[in-house]
Amino acid sequence: MDLKEKLVSSFMAFENSIDVDTPIHDVRSEAIKVFENKGFPSKRDEAWKYTSLNSVLKHNYSVFPKQENVLDYKEVKKYFIHDIDTYKIIFIDGKYSSHLSQTTHDGMDVCLMSSALSKPKYRLVIENYFNKAATKDSLSSLNTAFSQEGAYINIPKNKIVQKPIQIIHFSTGNESAQMLQPRNLIVVGENSHVQIIERHQSLTDNAVLTNSVTEIFANKRAIIDYYKIQNDKQTASLIDNTFIKQKRESHVSVHTFSFGGQLTRNNLNFYQEGERIDSTLKGVTIIGDKQHVDHNTLVHHIEPNCESHQDYKGIFADKATGVFNGKVLVEKEAQKTDAFQANNNILLSDKASINTKPQLEIFADDVKCSHGCTIGQLDDSAMFYMRSRGIPEKEAKALLMFAFSNNVLDSVKIPEIKQRITKIIANKLGVNIGFDL
Amino acid sequence: MSKYTEDDLREELKTKEYEYGFYTDIESETFPVGLNEDIVRAISKKKNEPEWMTEWRLEAFNIWQEMTEPDWANVNYEKPDFQAISYYSAPNSKPKYNSLDEVDPELLATFKKLGISLDEQKKLAGVAMDVVVDSVSVATTFKKTLAEKGIIFCSISEAIQEHPELVKKHIGTVVPRTDNFYAALNSAVFSDGSFCYIPKGVKCPMELSTYFRINQAGTGQFERTLVVADEGSYVSYLEGCTAPSRDENQLHAAVVELIALDDAEIKYSTVQNWYPGNAEGKGGVFNFVTKRGLCETNSKISWTQVETGSAVTWKYPSCVLKGDYSVGEFYSIAVTNNFQQADTGTKMIHLGKNTKSTIISKGISAGKSQNSYRGLVQISSRADNARNFSQCDSLLMGNECGAHTFPYIEAKNKTAQIEHEATTSKIGEDQIFYCNQRGIDTEKAIALIVNGFSKEVLNKLPMEFAVEAQKLLEISLEGSVG
Repeated sequence: MDLKEKLVSSFMAFENSIDVDTPIHDVRSEAIKVFENKGFPSKRDEAWKYTSLNSVLKHNYSVFPKQENVLDYKEVKKYFIHDIDTYKIIFIDGKYSSHLSQTTHDGMDVCLMSSALSKPKYRLVIENYFNKAATKDSLSSLNTAFSQEGAYINIPKNKIVQKPIQIIHFSTGNESAQMLQPRNLIVVGENSHVQIIERHQSLTDNAVLTNSVTEIFANKRAIIDYYKIQNDKQTASLIDNTFIKQKRESHVSVHTFSFGGQLTRNNLNFYQEGERIDSTLKGVTIIGDKQHVDHNTLVHHIEPNCESHQDYKGIFADKATGVFNGKVLVEKEAQKTDAFQANNNILLSDKASINTKPQLEIFADDVKCSHGCTIGQLDDSAMFYMRSRGIPEKEAKALLMFAFSNNVLDSVKIPEIKQRITKIIANKLGVNIGFDL
Repeated sequence: MSKYTEDDLREELKTKEYEYGFYTDIESETFPVGLNEDIVRAISKKKNEPEWMTEWRLEAFNIWQEMTEPDWANVNYEKPDFQAISYYSAPNSKPKYNSLDEVDPELLATFKKLGISLDEQKKLAGVAMDVVVDSVSVATTFKKTLAEKGIIFCSISEAIQEHPELVKKHIGTVVPRTDNFYAALNSAVFSDGSFCYIPKGVKCPMELSTYFRINQAGTGQFERTLVVADEGSYVSYLEGCTAPSRDENQLHAAVVELIALDDAEIKYSTVQNWYPGNAEGKGGVFNFVTKRGLCETNSKISWTQVETGSAVTWKYPSCVLKGDYSVGEFYSIAVTNNFQQADTGTKMIHLGKNTKSTIISKGISAGKSQNSYRGLVQISSRADNARNFSQCDSLLMGNECGAHTFPYIEAKNKTAQIEHEATTSKIGEDQIFYCNQRGIDTEKAIALIVNGFSKEVLNKLPMEFAVEAQKLLEISLEGSVG
């Protein structure tokens, strides 16, 4: 039985385990039909031209976590941003782990999707926002069908959340190959400000496939900084679907740091539904071996006077493959749009490859839209300069690569994250340099 | 002069009729509509082709039948009914002229209206013309001069008769019959086209040029062009098109193959001005063209195109950089107005080492048109030190048109150096103001700015063509500002 059949047939079992008398359940039933019709995307789909899921889908995944697993904080501490105080929403094999988490209901809700879906007091929010940003493509629909657990964050008006919020999904994979489908909903009220860190971490050598959907709603003048740290084991694959709807004058930035995993696909979609919106999409990808990272971005400019900034850097070694497919869509009404898109890549090996397709689709005339894309190598003269001053080749290379990705790190607002990322980069490049010194 | 407002400009633009819309009544011999093996055989027989050519066409026809029409391009149109087209039409009598006086005066008048009178062309620039009216070559000039150098420049049907070994060796090697739907169709039914062979080490002393026109109601035109530049030779080839006004959509599916052997250089320039349809988007030519060049070691192929016509354009002049140190270039201006749709660009396939390619594409959209750049830069794993630079600029006039960029970049070699940049903008009010302030009226200012915007490409055109291209730009866009 292939994975699609397995998922479709296990939907009934899933129905037995949950309350089906809610309006949300109609959404789920609808979604499983969409998935059943469309199936998993193949290379014949234009959006998946360069990324094949075949190698990922062949495993026999268990779709529901069978038992609750417990992790000792000491074992997993290194996956936390632990040097600052944060709210934490932690999941182990898709189940909420209360002893690792620190949630709150004090003036805002930082809690669980499962309780938001079942408790009447959240009903209005769920009705207004749940599945209102996600598209009806097959993978998002699959997630919607099985949506049950994940992070639920609702920040009311005029609130600056003092501590960042960490969302971490651990998979222990004690039993077998495992498929996880977390569903996150984040609603940020007018004038509020929140910082969120998301991470998926496998602790096993068994295959893990995560198909995650995150919906983010930024109301008027809200500010959201979102950081995705992807440094997973090479047995783990991640399909991350993030949908962001912005109201006027809101600022949302998403930084994606992709260093790990077997196959990582980031579908990042911004919809600008108001004027003077600012959207920032940045990413650093440093991979090797046979890793595959695919960034698929969409910025939909619907209203006038908005800005978007995209900056993706990639370094590919060994047999790694990088894909960047960025799309800027400017509607006819979206005059005075300022959209910028850059994608720079370095290939370190002849077996590595990069496929990039930065697209512009523009229907308004008074706009400033540009994109740039480069593929190149490390500068020989810069290498020579450093080596002639006694910096060993490896370190010199690392310094250049770090400098190459630096302007993505520049806009990271939490210093601890910056430190963590530089450490990961140093590790990845096999050097012991504190770049931030 | 009263104040010339944007609205005036837009109005003027809308009412600007297709200047070259006329219809010459030359008796034509036309095949019945529809396509089957018999028609293919009949075309081949009509052209008195050898057996291998007939077989080649039939194979192509069988391939075509297996294929479906592509729909990935960013264009919307009513798909033509391939069984409702007549696949062959030729001017009734095909006299071999020795001088222009012998040419049918009505035909000459047609050319006068187009502003390309043969004698003028002859005197002006020493351009040899292979005039194609409805698929059959009627007049070939300057043949003698070329023959002295050993250059073969004739219609492809003549080449099949007289130089079968050259045609047999090269036809279909760059654009195989299996390449795509339209290439297969063309291979099966091509009626005529041009053939050009430049022998080893010969620099062609003049620009070679062909004018293609669609003339007979309801006929499609399927040209086949084959240019072979032997080792160390050079040729500059020009191609230009205008078509009479007609309400039915006309299909144009040409195939152009260029072969540049070692150290050779081919410069291929096109001005395309098929009938774009009227202001309501009715009529117009469907232009589905496959153009590709093959570069051997140290050779160079340069495509320059000015695309102003056609209701739907689907065209990607490409270079396969097979040989080491070969160079591919693509310079393009695509102008769309009213309901025109253009999906055009190039493919640069880097296979050899130290290969270089340059892409400069300028898209100008006005009215309700859609203009897309679609390009591929592919660096294979063996193509060490490949270099590519691409620049795609779009200019939008008005908020009812669209500009799109779909660049595909695939690199599999770590020494590749690729740069791609694209911008979209409009004619700035400050630019217009600057010109106005210095006494240049708005209309002229726009012409000036559009000209400047397209200059990098216009500069690449041979002189005679640059003049015509500039004229075309003016016709299409004069005074349009968003």
